[in-house]
Amino acid sequence: MMNSIILNAATRLLVSLLLVFSVYMLLRGHNLPGGGFIGGLIGSTGFILYAIAMGPKACRKALHFEPQNIAMIGLGISLAAGVFPVVMGESFFTGQWIFIGDRASGDYIPVSSVLVFDIGVYLVVFGAILTLVLALEDEV
Amino acid sequence: MSWILATPIIIPFATAVLAFLFRHGPEGRWLSVLGSAGLLVSSIILMLTVLDEGVIAAQMGQWPAPFGITLAADLLSAVMVVITGITGLAIAIYALADVEQRKEQLGYHALYQVLLAGVCGAFLTGDLFNLYVWFEVMLISSFGLLILGGTRAQLDGGIRYVTLNLISTILFLSGVGLLYGMTGTLNMADLHGAVQEVDNPGLLVVVAVMFMIAFGVKAAVFPLFFWLPASYHTPAISVSAIFAGLLTKVGVYSLIRTFTLIFTTDIAYTHTILLWVAGLTMVTGVLGAAAMNDFRRILSFHIVSQIGYMVLGLALFTPLALVGAVFYLVHHIIVKANLFLVAGVARRIAGSTELGQIGGLYKTAPLLALLFLIPAFSLAGFPPLSGFWAKFLLIKAALEEGGYIIAGVALAVGLLTIFSMTKIWGYAFWKPHPAGLEPRLSRLSARDRAALLTPIAALAVLTCIIGLFPEPFVQFATRAAEQLLDPQTYVQTVLAAAPEAGQ
Repeated sequence: MMNSIILNAATRLLVSLLLVFSVYMLLRGHNLPGGGFIGGLIGSTGFILYAIAMGPKACRKALHFEPQNIAMIGLGISLAAGVFPVVMGESFFTGQWIFIGDRASGDYIPVSSVLVFDIGVYLVVFGAILTLVLALEDEV
Repeated sequence: MSWILATPIIIPFATAVLAFLFRHGPEGRWLSVLGSAGLLVSSIILMLTVLDEGVIAAQMGQWPAPFGITLAADLLSAVMVVITGITGLAIAIYALADVEQRKEQLGYHALYQVLLAGVCGAFLTGDLFNLYVWFEVMLISSFGLLILGGTRAQLDGGIRYVTLNLISTILFLSGVGLLYGMTGTLNMADLHGAVQEVDNPGLLVVVAVMFMIAFGVKAAVFPLFFWLPASYHTPAISVSAIFAGLLTKVGVYSLIRTFTLIFTTDIAYTHTILLWVAGLTMVTGVLGAAAMNDFRRILSFHIVSQIGYMVLGLALFTPLALVGAVFYLVHHIIVKANLFLVAGVARRIAGSTELGQIGGLYKTAPLLALLFLIPAFSLAGFPPLSGFWAKFLLIKAALEEGGYIIAGVALAVGLLTIFSMTKIWGYAFWKPHPAGLEPRLSRLSARDRAALLTPIAALAVLTCIIGLFPEPFVQFATRAAEQLLDPQTYVQTVLAAAPEAGQ
């Protein structure tokens, strides 16, 4: 933890920016560079910055959940996204797509099990990195 | 069809998630038992399907082979998954009484289940890069299990374990890269044909040797076994047992798979190396065991020596030798895991695994002595236990091939195995306890006794069944070996496993 007023002030701004950016990376990742892994890394940097500026205790409080649990829930979400196609009668990890809106006019939002899988990956990476970093910060 | 192949991987992963979220209460350990039972059931279903239909294969995400990730099971894969289920369940029950609450709260059960998922994944995958991924899954979870608790000895063993295994994975990965560069595919069935067309057979042999070293480190063969006796005696007994039973066998399985399916272009060269490795592994392992004075260290060195027998079966590369190797694999996993479990009970009631500090178990805990005797004699190769038939098949195969020297070595190593087993017997069971303690099973609570002894007894009964009625098991191993030596069905099934739409 660093006692710097500049870092503290900048962190408040940067954390929210990094978190929004990480979700943006997650969502654009299906067809463009990005995705769950890189999104999770960026998201965790936000909280790492917060831990450096405000201390690991405040960071844990801001997270609300233990980072280990976040990672494990992410693993569960990814698994569920992989198993879901079986319920639909296809092989594991086959992408399932739903189109919300009018598909003919091109005015629609595609939602897929691939995205759910990516959200799981996001949480796994996010939780795992924060587990490591917070454990290291605690020691100091 | 694809769900049959994927459930042995999915169930442990799902159990890991649940067990981790419930790690602070008693639910976690019961979830682990339940998940392992589910794994056993799904593996038996897989086995029945494979017996019924022959080789089965499925494509993940409906990407056709050789581009997508293939899961495939022939008889060898199926039996390995079943054995994983059996030992997984036995050790999950044993862990009910063996693992302290502190380790449970650190996520013991979740790591254990991820390890099982990794092992099953390695047995079922039909893709070399995917195999690498499963090796990593196993390495991460096993490292976690190894250092859980964080004592000095554990960290020391853990660092050696992870360093040597990382070297192995780097070699593996480089081999995968080179192979991909030469053939343009990593699907094992596709590689079977593709390696025949490589215009640089010399380089292919180099890659084969890289794989041999990589899997050799995992399997702990001579001269790459140092990490095993350095680390296996440090963690909780249930961790030692699952490592001893399964981890090295994944290396042996990968050796058998790649050196029957892919690297068969220069058998005279590669399999001669394997033969030397097998002999030296047997001898050094058993000599190490004879020199040790700790229950678990002796058993760890025995693993090394026994791995030699399995590699011998692969090296001889005759139908009978492969039958012996498959039989040996199955028998060894059960017996070895069981011996570690017995060592754990001995430590609980006598206070140590150091042979100089315990004793008197035969007089006051005769049941434990009996339960030790069955796997110990089986390991040494006494008729009519399972180890006898395993050794018999291998030595017969060696003699048929005119390998009198290697057969003699195998027999002599068997004798030395008995010698080091009698050492455990004499020190831990016959000699009176040096501190005058009377180690009795009744010192354990009734609940602990049930959780510790039931899996040991069940595995011992299994050893006896294989020993007394070897015929169906040998027939099974014969069919498995036939599939290994003639991989045409495997190749065709994998490459024809069309993505199934809306089954």
